[in-house]
Amino acid sequence: MFEYRELFFFLAWRDVLVRYKQTVIGIAWAVVRPLLTMAVFTVIFGRVAKLPDGGVPYPILIFSALLPWQFFATALSESSNSLIINANLISKVYFPRMILPTATIIVALVDFAISFGILAVMMVIYHYPLSISILSLPLFVILAFLAAWGPGLLITALNVKYRDFRYVVPFIVQMGLYISPVGFRSDVVPEQWRLLYSLNPMVGVIDGFRWAICGREAASVYLPGFALSLVTVITLLCLGIAYFRKTERGFADVI
Amino acid sequence: MPSIISVENLGKHYRIRRGAPRSKYIALRDIMAQKLTSLFRPASKSSDSSGLETFWALKNVSFEVNEGEVLGIVGHNGAGKSTLLKILSRITEPAEGRITLRGRVASLLEVGTGFHPELTGRENIYLNAALLGMKRHEVQSRFDEIVAFANVERFLDTPVKRYSSGMQTRLGFAVAAHLEPEILIVDEVLAVGDHEFQKRCLGKMQEVSQSGRTVLFVSHNMNTLGTLTTRCIHLHRGNIINDGPTSQVVANYLSTGNENSALYESQERDSTPKVLRVEVRTSKPGGIHSLFEPLEFHFQIWCPHPIRGACLSFAVNDLTRLSTSVNPWIFDSEQPFARSAGVHHLVCRMPKPHLFVGNYSLNVNFSEPPGGVKFEQLKGVCSFQIECVGRQRLDYPFEIGEACFIEDCEWQANTAKDYGATASA
Repeated sequence: MFEYRELFFFLAWRDVLVRYKQTVIGIAWAVVRPLLTMAVFTVIFGRVAKLPDGGVPYPILIFSALLPWQFFATALSESSNSLIINANLISKVYFPRMILPTATIIVALVDFAISFGILAVMMVIYHYPLSISILSLPLFVILAFLAAWGPGLLITALNVKYRDFRYVVPFIVQMGLYISPVGFRSDVVPEQWRLLYSLNPMVGVIDGFRWAICGREAASVYLPGFALSLVTVITLLCLGIAYFRKTERGFADVI
Repeated sequence: MPSIISVENLGKHYRIRRGAPRSKYIALRDIMAQKLTSLFRPASKSSDSSGLETFWALKNVSFEVNEGEVLGIVGHNGAGKSTLLKILSRITEPAEGRITLRGRVASLLEVGTGFHPELTGRENIYLNAALLGMKRHEVQSRFDEIVAFANVERFLDTPVKRYSSGMQTRLGFAVAAHLEPEILIVDEVLAVGDHEFQKRCLGKMQEVSQSGRTVLFVSHNMNTLGTLTTRCIHLHRGNIINDGPTSQVVANYLSTGNENSALYESQERDSTPKVLRVEVRTSKPGGIHSLFEPLEFHFQIWCPHPIRGACLSFAVNDLTRLSTSVNPWIFDSEQPFARSAGVHHLVCRMPKPHLFVGNYSLNVNFSEPPGGVKFEQLKGVCSFQIECVGRQRLDYPFEIGEACFIEDCEWQANTAKDYGATASA
C-alpha cells in the first residue's frame, strides 16, 4: 500500500479537482450547504423545540456537530460508491483496491476544511472563546475518519457484489442525522437510554468535537458512552477491513 | 538463469448461469428471496445448483519466458488470452496454479485507462502514468517526450472531453509507450489511431522490444506479430496447443481455426425482437478473408411476433481509419422479411468486396422504420481481417490504412506520338 502512495494522492487530487470543476459556484457549495442546515436546525431545535444549549450560542452548538457529521456523511457516501464508479480501473489495472475508497475520504476532508473555516468565522462573530480542549481536535478528526472508513470499506465491497447496498447509504445518512446528537446535546437523551444510544459510533465523535470546540464547561463527554462508541468504531473498522481484504481479489471478476 | 516469468498449471474458472433469466447484477433482495423459497421447498435445492455451470477460461497453462524475450499470444476470441493477461498483471486471481514474476510489471490492457474527461491533458498524463505504475519524477523527466509523441502540445490545458477520440488514444498510448518496466504486458491496443500514428506505435514497440525488456503481446494482426515477436504461444479454449517460433505458430494458427467465420451469438429469446446470430463467412479460418474473394454476412433474427416494415442494416467499420466502409440494408418495404413470428435467416452476399486490406468489425441495427422502435443495436461485433494472402504486390507490399477500398482499374499506357518529334525539332 505504501508503495502506491503516489497513486493514492493522484486519485484523491483527481477527485478534488473534478469536484470543483464545472460547478457554477464551486467552493461555495461547501459553504452554503452546512450554513443552511445550521439555520434550519437552529430554528427547529433551538427556537421551536427550545432544547437546552448549555450556555453556547445555538448556531455554534449545531455547527460544531454538523462539521463531523457532514464529513462522515460525505465520506461514507463517496467511499461506498468508489469501487463501482471506478469499475473500469479495477478491471484494467492492478493497484491495492483499498486506495479507491480511502482516497475519496480525503476529498471529504477538503470540504471539512472549508466548513471549519466557516466555524472559525462564526466563533469570531459570536465572540466565543476558544478553550484549551481545542488542541484535542485532530484526534477527533482521526476518529471521524475511522468511523467513516470502516463502514465505507464494508459497504463499497458489498456494493460490488450486491448492487442494492447503494440504496442503504442515503438511508443511513438521512436517519443518522436525526439519531445522532447534531441538532441537540447528547444529555437530552434520558439516562437509562444513554448507553444504548452510544452504540451509534457518531455519538462519540460528535460529543468529542463539541467538547473540543465549545469547551469543557459547556459540553461534557459521557465517558462510558464514549468508550462504547469507540468500541463500535473499531469493530466496524476491523469488520470493514477484513471483509474488504477477503473479497478484493474477486472484484475484477464480478464488477 | 531462471526465467523472468514462469507459469505453472494455471487455471481460472467462472461460474455462469444457464437457463435462468440473466440479470446483470445480483441483488441481495433476489438472494434472500431465493433462500426463502428454498427453505420451504428443500427439493428445489438441487435444481438451483445445477443452474450454475463452471466454465474454465484457462486450464493447465504452463510456460516460461526468458528475460528480454518478446512473446506473442494468438488465439481466437474467447480462447483465454485476455484472462491470461489479467492474471499476469494481477488484476484477477487464478483459481489454481502459480505464476512467478521476477520484475516490475506494467500492463497495458486498454489505452487511456482512467482518463477523466473533465481533467486537462496534462493532468490526465500524470494520473494515467500513476495508474500504470510510473513514479512522479519518471513522468516529469519524460513529460516532453510523451507530449511530443502524442502530438497534443497545443491542447495540453484543454479538458480531455474536448479531444477527438484519435487524440485521446494517442495520448493514452504515448503515456504507456514511455513506461520502463522490466515486464510489459500489452493487449491488442495497436489497432488504433491513424496510419501514421500506428506506424509510430509499431516503431516504438520495436524499440521497446529491442531494448532488452520482456514483452508479452496479444494481437490479431499477424503482420505485427511477425515484426515484433520471435516466439508465440497459441491458446485454444483455455489450453496452450502450440508454443514455438512465430512463423510456425502463426501458420498453424491460421490453418487450424475451427470455422471460417467471425461470429456473434446471443441466447436470449424474450418478448422483444432480437439479433440472435451474426456471422461473417470469411475465406480463411479465424475471421481472415482474402482480398476480392466473395464474402457472406449471415444474420439470424428472432421475432416473437410478426413485424411490419422491419429494417435491418449493418455497417462495416474500418478499424484503422475509424470510419464506416459500407452500409448495406434490407428494408421490409423493398423485400419482405420478418412478417411472421419465429427465427428468420438473412444472407447478404458480396460477390466481389472491394474492402481494402485491414481490420473490420460490424455494427448491426435491427429496427422498425425510421422513427420507430430500435430493437437491437450491436456495436463492434464480428471482427474480421482482410488479408492479401496470395495477392501481394511484389514491388510495394500492401499496407493497412493506405486506402479506403480497392477498385478494379484498367490502365493504359501510351507514349505521346508527337513528343519525340517536338523534341527533335
